[in-house]
Amino acid sequence: MTISPTIKKNYLQKLAEQNKRSDGRKFSDYRPVSIEPGVISKAEGSARVKIGNTQVVAGIKMVMGEPYPDTPDAGVMTTAAELIPLASPDFEAGPPRGNAIELARVVDRGIRESNVIDFEKLCLEPGEKIWVVFIDIHIIDYDGNLFDAASLAALAALYGARMPIERLEEEDRNAYIKKLDDFGIKPVEETVKNKAGDEEKVMSYYIPMREPPISCTSVKFNDVVVVDPSLDEEEIAEARLTVSTDSNGSIRAMQKGLNGSFTLEEIKKIIKDSLVTGDALRKQLNESAGR
Amino acid sequence: MTKSTREIVIPSQYLGETSEFKAGRGTLIDHGKIYAKILGVLNKHPPYVNVVPLKGRYDPVEGDTIIGFVEQAMSSSWLADINAPYPALLHVSEVPWRVDFGETEKYLNTGDTIMAKILSVDVERKLNITLKDRNLYKIQGGHIITVGPSKVPRIIGKKGSMINLLKKYTRCRIFVGKNGRIWIDGEDLQVSNAVQAIRLIERESISYGLTDKVEELLKSLS
Amino acid sequence: MKSDIELIDANGKRLDGRTNDQLRDVKIEAGVLHRADGSCYLEWGGNKVVVAVYGPREAIPRHTQDPLRAIVNARYNMAAFSVDDRKRPGPDRRSREISKVISEALEKVVLIDLYPRAAIDVNIEILDAEAGTRCAGLTAAGVALADAGIPMKDIPVGCAAGKIGAETKDGKVSGGHVVLDLGKEEDNFGDADLPIAISPRTDEILLLQMDGHLTVEEFNKAMELAMKGCHDVSKLQKDALINKYAADVEEVE
Repeated sequence: MTISPTIKKNYLQKLAEQNKRSDGRKFSDYRPVSIEPGVISKAEGSARVKIGNTQVVAGIKMVMGEPYPDTPDAGVMTTAAELIPLASPDFEAGPPRGNAIELARVVDRGIRESNVIDFEKLCLEPGEKIWVVFIDIHIIDYDGNLFDAASLAALAALYGARMPIERLEEEDRNAYIKKLDDFGIKPVEETVKNKAGDEEKVMSYYIPMREPPISCTSVKFNDVVVVDPSLDEEEIAEARLTVSTDSNGSIRAMQKGLNGSFTLEEIKKIIKDSLVTGDALRKQLNESAGR
Repeated sequence: MTKSTREIVIPSQYLGETSEFKAGRGTLIDHGKIYAKILGVLNKHPPYVNVVPLKGRYDPVEGDTIIGFVEQAMSSSWLADINAPYPALLHVSEVPWRVDFGETEKYLNTGDTIMAKILSVDVERKLNITLKDRNLYKIQGGHIITVGPSKVPRIIGKKGSMINLLKKYTRCRIFVGKNGRIWIDGEDLQVSNAVQAIRLIERESISYGLTDKVEELLKSLS
Repeated sequence: MKSDIELIDANGKRLDGRTNDQLRDVKIEAGVLHRADGSCYLEWGGNKVVVAVYGPREAIPRHTQDPLRAIVNARYNMAAFSVDDRKRPGPDRRSREISKVISEALEKVVLIDLYPRAAIDVNIEILDAEAGTRCAGLTAAGVALADAGIPMKDIPVGCAAGKIGAETKDGKVSGGHVVLDLGKEEDNFGDADLPIAISPRTDEILLLQMDGHLTVEEFNKAMELAMKGCHDVSKLQKDALINKYAADVEEVE
């Protein structure tokens, strides 16, 4: 474990009493965010997201599979996150533990429960054939606020995910294209470079998506609440709250973490700030996806 | 103002013959030839040829004053993280207090910060530090930041020009440990300004006009 | 394996337009991560690799320590989305083997005797995979180790050569072209693959694996090509390190 000296904690707390953060931000300031879609060519969709020094890569893979018995006509999604030892001296190799599992589940819920993916349109044959969407999140560099970075990367990757219909048998492919057409989903004609470097026209179908909720994380220490915590701030945080909000101003998912507590007033204030941050991030996400 | 560039060398780079030079720090000899063994800056100081590291952990040298974080208090000693490959041992006989057996935690505990001196580095690379000297103590207030070894000369500046500028504007006490840790103590907001100025010095890759830039930042903050 | 794909035409032009002794495009950047002690991002054809080095630091758990030297722990890991069919996260037998041969290759050039009881962790993440990931990973690891300020005898570098376009009749292989740096189809449908890693200052061979079918003459030719490839990539490694820190060393006014 990396030692965090007590005087550093005291300093951050004393600064907070004077409405300051160690990197010069205001309590409600988010760090600069960059969203770079399409960074992995083997993935159906991918994105690299940076929040300050934190860096996350998400990739989407899709395969044909069987639906769950209780939802025979809906596609399936699974989300996995790995805190690989690349990202921090304190991350260890091995199967995901508590933190990685919580991270993956919070990202998963934010997408699943708010129906971002139109799962019914991912069904080829009810009870038999549906698309399985794998979201894999790799933490590359860790400087705090993995929840927001991971969910933003997952959304940006999904936005750009092209369904690999060319891997279906011809009969299946034609049936699925017909089905998509019935739903009113049209392909996008795109020019891509093939192996020999020549340009080629292809018809792409993207994963049918609805406007996503955006997650915004705040932490509390010494009775102050700051948005988008850096690693230094996470180390002294007593409580954490992630709030996902949609473009209508509604709350779509929440997760409180750590062994401290919030007052109701603090939570109301966090929700208010999360709506503002959510709108700004949503705009940036849409722009990065060219929408 | 002069602007000169020193030469960067990388591991395996040929630096000269053993008949011409003596292989100094950061170098190795292979078949009568001297090569760099680390990424660094070439420093020819006849008869020695040295490579001054640009990156990497602190390489402890006896007598260096360093800043350590206490990792663990044991029955008759403490272990401290000094930004080196190994933790350093501080024995109860090397502190200015009379510590009874098993009472180490009363004096220094996990997370405490100390200004210490490297007492010895043995062949097995076991490190011993001491608090028994002038200007060595447990640090109580202020803030600590860590910078890469290559940045330390820039933060100090020529003949201390940069660090004196920082001290003048922020009225902070600033101590740069040989292990890349910097202690800044003063008014909280002034400490914060000093940190921002140091981060600027770290970030700016071109040093030309850097003093002016830093002064501008410090003026705008104060 | 034999396919209907013609991997190399009568003029010696390969599927992606390369000649027999031509590398794919290689791009290397040093010092890309903020948390790691040293790091490197490398693109080699369609491969994308990021490497982070931590250490030297006291090896944990204690029983893994060697009292006389440091251990180099390379950990080669493929992202689930880096291949055509999603890979299950976590190490498998293939990645464990690659991790082992890379660790051993790196231990030859890192000055491990300087750091008894220590570990140097080299995390190699394959984000996008397209033939030759172990050479790409080892090459990026060499840069990341130097970037971490770790004392080394040399910066190791890897490259593969192989054989494509041979005829197989009644179990007998004949013909074929020895080529540098197999691409995706060449790796899948070629006749031999010979990944190596060397210490470019001394030409010592640090890693060597081979599968397929090569005559002794073809092996000699393939080694010659792969060594040449290693030396070309070695220049890019060195440029990446120097470019990253060139601005850092301008004299203070």
